[in-house]
Amino acid sequence: MRLEPIANPSRLRLIGLPTAALALTVLVASLLALLAGANPFATLGLIIEGAAGSKFAALETLNRATPLIFTGLAVAVAFRAKLWNIGAEAQLYAGAVVTVLLGTGALPLPSVLLLPVIALAAMIAGALVLLGPVLLKTRAGVDEVVTTLLFNFIMLLIVSMLLEGPMKDPMGMGWPKSAALEKAARLPRIAEGLRLHWGFGLALLAAVGVWVLQTRTTLGFEIRAVGQNAQAARFAGVPVNRVLLKTALLSGGLAALAGFSEVAGLKGNLTLDLSPGFGYTGIIVAMLALLNPLGVVISAIFVAGVFVGADSMSRAAGVPTYIADILLATALLSMVLALRLTRARVIWR
Amino acid sequence: MELLDILLSATFWAATVRIASPLIFATLGELICERAGVLNLGIEGIMVIGAFSGWMTVYQGGDLWAGVAVAMAAGMLFGLLHAVLTVPFGLSQHVVGLGVTLLATSASSFAYRLALPEVTSPPKIEPFAVIAVPVLSDIPLIGPALFQQTALTYLAFVLIAVVGLVLYRTPLGLAVRAAGENPAAVEAQGLSVTGLRIGAVVVGSGLMAVGGAFLTLSAFSSFFFDMVNGRGWICIALVVFGAWRPGKAALGAVLFAAFDALQIRLQQTPIGAHLPYQVFLMVPYVLSILALILTSRRAEVPAALMVAYNKGER
Repeated sequence: MRLEPIANPSRLRLIGLPTAALALTVLVASLLALLAGANPFATLGLIIEGAAGSKFAALETLNRATPLIFTGLAVAVAFRAKLWNIGAEAQLYAGAVVTVLLGTGALPLPSVLLLPVIALAAMIAGALVLLGPVLLKTRAGVDEVVTTLLFNFIMLLIVSMLLEGPMKDPMGMGWPKSAALEKAARLPRIAEGLRLHWGFGLALLAAVGVWVLQTRTTLGFEIRAVGQNAQAARFAGVPVNRVLLKTALLSGGLAALAGFSEVAGLKGNLTLDLSPGFGYTGIIVAMLALLNPLGVVISAIFVAGVFVGADSMSRAAGVPTYIADILLATALLSMVLALRLTRARVIWR
Repeated sequence: MELLDILLSATFWAATVRIASPLIFATLGELICERAGVLNLGIEGIMVIGAFSGWMTVYQGGDLWAGVAVAMAAGMLFGLLHAVLTVPFGLSQHVVGLGVTLLATSASSFAYRLALPEVTSPPKIEPFAVIAVPVLSDIPLIGPALFQQTALTYLAFVLIAVVGLVLYRTPLGLAVRAAGENPAAVEAQGLSVTGLRIGAVVVGSGLMAVGGAFLTLSAFSSFFFDMVNGRGWICIALVVFGAWRPGKAALGAVLFAAFDALQIRLQQTPIGAHLPYQVFLMVPYVLSILALILTSRRAEVPAALMVAYNKGER
């Protein structure tokens, strides 16, 4: 068999194939529910209800979506330039560490000044974490996939070391956690009594910012050019290495904001389980959004809904929560295949 | 002084060979995939499914070798998924690999929870026993290291030679390597690049899964969710370090294992007591990055690695 490109895909192809991918995901979910001895329809219903069935559920989903928007944007920005940043997890923790360092009384500033300073410092920390692997890529030709992946493990050990050493909360009863942020360093809630913090607002702002950058600026154009064909871009006079470097700083900074927002908006302190893999899930979010920054918001909410819904379904129906990860992996793989087939037809020969 | 004591102890070298074994299986598996032109980032998840399915088979009353076979079959299945998506359909090897890792990892966790919903401390199985080779195992230092190991370790070391021979001394090996260097030339010879690549990824993934099964069937006797813990990614670094050659890559795995065995022992010395234990746990990951830096700028990368091949396209 071989693939033949399609110049003008029909509407049936453009809508039908992604729908088929979604249908496959639902089918897999049903089979897994059957396997666990639960009613597939009831299971799916419970997932949807748990994700969006009440005001509380919907807000929980938006809360969970917040870090995923940041990591999804981080991945979308990097992948657009074919910079394989798989290290959003490490950059997230770098942002979280800086948030705790500056937010526990180190800076005597009012909240309006303190929060932007911390956010900026967190972004710089995240950017620096990605700078190493990218410099190794541009200067020494070291593949960034493996270095960024390995750095996730190193970063977690560094955080563990900090939480058991210099950053350990003296009042923590021996638990490896940091001291709580001061009041001025906490992100306020969007409305009184509403369990949703301004981290979500910041995430929406970041998505619009990245969209403007990608579609309305020279850097955005250069990032796209480097991603499509680095050789051709270099020939056309695009400073490829410098563009990669700028992309990396932006990507690392965005991922770090996830750490900032989780600590300052939700948790109020740093523990080793701050992120249940938000950095890795960001890859799924970005791919499902076709690397489109505005799409990232929608796909992050969808992905967060699957997780929140599966958690609540698992408590009620007893199907293991890991069903969420299986569903997202299935959605990812079937969606990239479906999108490939919208642009090419299979010739069996 | 203590360093010398460690280096002269038989247990240190025995541990080195033991730690190297799963890495050798998985590194050889990844190497086969990459020589055919496919980067397999599914490795981490395929090791997890191997560790899980092998352990589960034995836990349910199966024979240890049946466990290895089931692990291998599970690995090949996920390898086939990776291969079908990346080879004929030419999808991004990065994205598919990470997707396969997530799918295999979460499938293992799901199945484990389904089978053992209430368990808090992971149940143990009876692992592979140590087989001491007569006479040879009595040699000081080398004996315990090389000839008092389990059957899977012996198999790992035999496999280095087998993979080397097949890749460099058989027409099949030549065709696989050519598929990773110059796929158009392979097609011109009347061979199918698609078939060769799918075959290589399936076989390679089977080996990765056996590497994972080593962890449960020959080392820890139980299955933990995070037991593979980045070993797959380390193996990808080892393939680069070994310049895509089986012997060199395996040597890299042994060297790496020696450092790993050393850091565990250094933690227990007076010097180790002054440093946070996390510093020692960091050693394997830092070493892998250093190995990548040291071996960068070498032109031995398979020329068509990560380049999709579509028949009739130039």
